[in-house]
Amino acid sequence: MASLPPIDVPTGATGKGAFDSSAEEARSVLFETLLRLGDDSLILGQRLGEWCGHAPSVEVDLSLANMGLDLIGQATHFLNAAGAAEGRGRDGDALAFHRDVLDFRNCWLVEQPNGDFAQTMARQLLFSTWQQLLFERLTASTDETIAAVAAKAVKEVTYHAELASEWVIRLGDGTEESRRRMQDGLDWMWRFVPELFEMDAVATEAAARGIGADVVAFRADYDARIAAVLAEATLAAPKDQRPILGGRRGHHGEHLGHLLAVMQFLPRTYPDATW
Amino acid sequence: MLDPEIPIVSIVDLGIVRDVSADRVLLTPTYTGCPATLVIETMVRAALDEAGFGDVAIETTLSPPWTTDWITESGKAKLKAYGIAPPTPAGTHAVECPQCGSTATEEISRFGSTPCKAQWRCRDCLEPFDLFKCH
Repeated sequence: MASLPPIDVPTGATGKGAFDSSAEEARSVLFETLLRLGDDSLILGQRLGEWCGHAPSVEVDLSLANMGLDLIGQATHFLNAAGAAEGRGRDGDALAFHRDVLDFRNCWLVEQPNGDFAQTMARQLLFSTWQQLLFERLTASTDETIAAVAAKAVKEVTYHAELASEWVIRLGDGTEESRRRMQDGLDWMWRFVPELFEMDAVATEAAARGIGADVVAFRADYDARIAAVLAEATLAAPKDQRPILGGRRGHHGEHLGHLLAVMQFLPRTYPDATW
Repeated sequence: MLDPEIPIVSIVDLGIVRDVSADRVLLTPTYTGCPATLVIETMVRAALDEAGFGDVAIETTLSPPWTTDWITESGKAKLKAYGIAPPTPAGTHAVECPQCGSTATEEISRFGSTPCKAQWRCRDCLEPFDLFKCH
């Protein structure tokens, strides 16, 4: 007679009546870190996808869609790994399509609406420059998946940052109207930059464990790169405003819910739909 | 087996097939979000089945990341003959028009029909063409 399978013991249980919580904590830090990385890429990828068929020219349309594709590729890898780290049977699709707004861990910058093309390029410059510096460091992550995705994606993200820089310069140092729009776009996005450099308990723990990076360490480099682009674009850096924080803890603006309504509608209405 | 999006070069020429052994085929995607990745996997599976290798596993790796340096010389020649300028080696910037061979060329757009290509134009023969980006 076949014996029954053993009953699952919770992670961290020693089986001797004691409970070692460190394994559970390590897993949760990895899960949170992967969610933050994956959600940033997913939400910005979805935003860029909204431009499809609406961009000022077919060349720009292709650029925005291709950058969105790169980002959704990153999100797929990060969120699949998050699901595996969580160990509850959720994959990347389940995490992308079946979480509600409070469970998203992306930063505020990526959920900001596209606005006009200049506003979209302001967001792209501020985000891609940060993501490039972050991924350069994450290539040394002790987590194999994070290191591999970062090494692969950093080449793509470098290209995104270059593309955004060129447009910010062209529009800023362009006509009176393009300059005004570029400045407006920067003014909109500027207050969401400080959040990118926030080291909360999860980020600090992830950096200490070697899976994440210390973002504060490249703040000066980031500021110098942005300042150089703005100088060439003859644009003024906006005045520092009261920063908006909290995306990493699930506190989001009104825009994210609307984005999710569009993104999640089909898989939620027709579960397991395939084509 | 030919690439589904550039159907004149094989996936070996493109450097997508990293390793083949008796029990495993190892693939790597070109770009992180390349939509052809799944199609390629399906095609490899069909080709293996047809050749009677039903038990061979197909694995995907991200590391080391794919680079255009892995495109073979024959692959580059085929791209050029097809009208796609092959990637320029690192450090050089002269992009040669695949139609007339002129290097008087300019970028129209940083992205083309797929993530791996950019749109260029020849100032001599005036033809637009795709450039396989150095990556």
